[in-house]
Amino acid sequence: MTTTRALLSIALLVLGATPALAEAAPTIDTGDTAWMIAATGLVLMMTIPGLALFYCGMVRKKNVLATMAQSLLCTMLCSVLWVVCGYSLAFNGDGALIGNLDKVMLRGIGMDAIAPATKIPEILFMAYQMTFAIITVALVAGSVADRMRFSAFVWFAALWMLVVYVPIAHWVWGGGWVTPDAASMKPGILDFAGGTVVHLNAGIAGLVAAYVIGQRHGYGSENFSPYDLSLAVIGTGLLWVGWFGFNGGSALAANSRAAFALVATHLAASMGALTWMVLEWWTRGKPSVLGMISGAVAGLGTITPASGFVLPWHGLVIGLLAGAICFWACTKLKQKVGYDDSLDVFGVHGIGGATGTFLCGVFAVAAIGETAGLLEGNPGQLLYQFYGIVAVAAWSGIATVILLKLIELMVPLRVSKQSEIEGLDVTQHGEALQ
Amino acid sequence: MALPGCVDGLTRGSIGAAYRGTNSMKLIIAIIKPFKLDDVRDALTANGIQGMTVAEVKGYGRQKGHKEIYRGAEYAVNFLPKIRVDVAVDDNRVDKVVEVIANAAKTGQIGDGKIFVTGIEGAVRIRTGETDSDAL
Repeated sequence: MTTTRALLSIALLVLGATPALAEAAPTIDTGDTAWMIAATGLVLMMTIPGLALFYCGMVRKKNVLATMAQSLLCTMLCSVLWVVCGYSLAFNGDGALIGNLDKVMLRGIGMDAIAPATKIPEILFMAYQMTFAIITVALVAGSVADRMRFSAFVWFAALWMLVVYVPIAHWVWGGGWVTPDAASMKPGILDFAGGTVVHLNAGIAGLVAAYVIGQRHGYGSENFSPYDLSLAVIGTGLLWVGWFGFNGGSALAANSRAAFALVATHLAASMGALTWMVLEWWTRGKPSVLGMISGAVAGLGTITPASGFVLPWHGLVIGLLAGAICFWACTKLKQKVGYDDSLDVFGVHGIGGATGTFLCGVFAVAAIGETAGLLEGNPGQLLYQFYGIVAVAAWSGIATVILLKLIELMVPLRVSKQSEIEGLDVTQHGEALQ
Repeated sequence: MALPGCVDGLTRGSIGAAYRGTNSMKLIIAIIKPFKLDDVRDALTANGIQGMTVAEVKGYGRQKGHKEIYRGAEYAVNFLPKIRVDVAVDDNRVDKVVEVIANAAKTGQIGDGKIFVTGIEGAVRIRTGETDSDAL
């Protein structure tokens, strides 16, 4: 977005445009619009059915439907809240911390409204960003799978989106205090498609929620082996392809930058999966399917912030590091510290998101994203990446704790021990796989 | 345990006869490795066995279980998948059938399984009402 804005202002300067010309309304580009409609569909597909399948295949049989229900709920609830006020608070207004309520219920977004610094209809930009809000909330659910009460999760999904996701999206993307702006020479964090806003944010919230809600009954002693990893493989495939819309779409245009982001994304996923597979083969004796898909998602999450700022081959390096670091986080760090993050939201998305945001500051190429990184002689960018990471992690962590404690005053966060043993499908939803 | 009264009066008379030890049939229960099922079925068919019942079961013997590792978390899986094959035969064929199954199911590795032989008190073919050896 910033790039386009910068290019636009440069172009106007070069043309020596008269004020009348300068204010000539940008027009809608049909190519850009077509791609962004497709990308919006791809990102929604990442949550339903992508994430729903990825997550449900990794839990036990008695919790499969309950896990899918969380992804469905996020899609339903966050879509409504996004339209009611989420979009306006995240993307309208120049407040440092939060937007304004001018576009509540999409007020003022007409047929001719164009999203700032793009050539796509604003209603499409709103819908595209909506799918990001949905998947971020749905990602968090993985850390508390197998034990969170559904009614508590409904409250959590609604409040967390408004109190945690929306402000952070505004800070990083919506013109808030860490959004870079080339036009006014304002530096900021580079986060192309959500390394901080989506992945680090969800990962930290997941870690905190796992601590607040506590370990699953039988953690460390009972067999928690996955119900059906083939479902998780299908889910990973849908996530992987959907990610082309997630990262490629974040160019907000059908252009080379979108295609470069897509290629870097694919290479990072492949390299992440290969790395995890090799490490597991080496240390555990067998290359597991769960390892391959975990590495793929780690690579995808890690390349996300960097995808539109780096060269495709940087995707290989970032994927390699993602596979190695996330493998360590999920197999070593988690056991050492002892938190029960059921589906490794922190180990994959939190660690991956932070790693990728940092690496973006290392590898950023000015010719692609306007901003240079460490390797092109701009070490200062690392500092901005770093304070972005710290700010997002801090707000996500603190606000998540407070929200969970508030919700606990209304409804218990986890189900009873008996319900947990019986399974969430039957006790929360009155259904079960036979 | 009495069989349902509805079989009384069928062509070969009361099933009660089966309970007086006039029949000599055996049920052979073989617990085998799943991948050996085809070999066992082919061997039995080649030796004139016309029917069998097969079920997917889980269990362990001296083999114990194995370990599964999911993202670094190790779980001991005690019950391993096996196939249970039930074959009912006349007494005089028991030794042959047991030998056929054992040969077909054997790999020489731990976990090949076991074969149990037990008596059968009576049998009925539902379609015709034939009983005992005629029903096998």
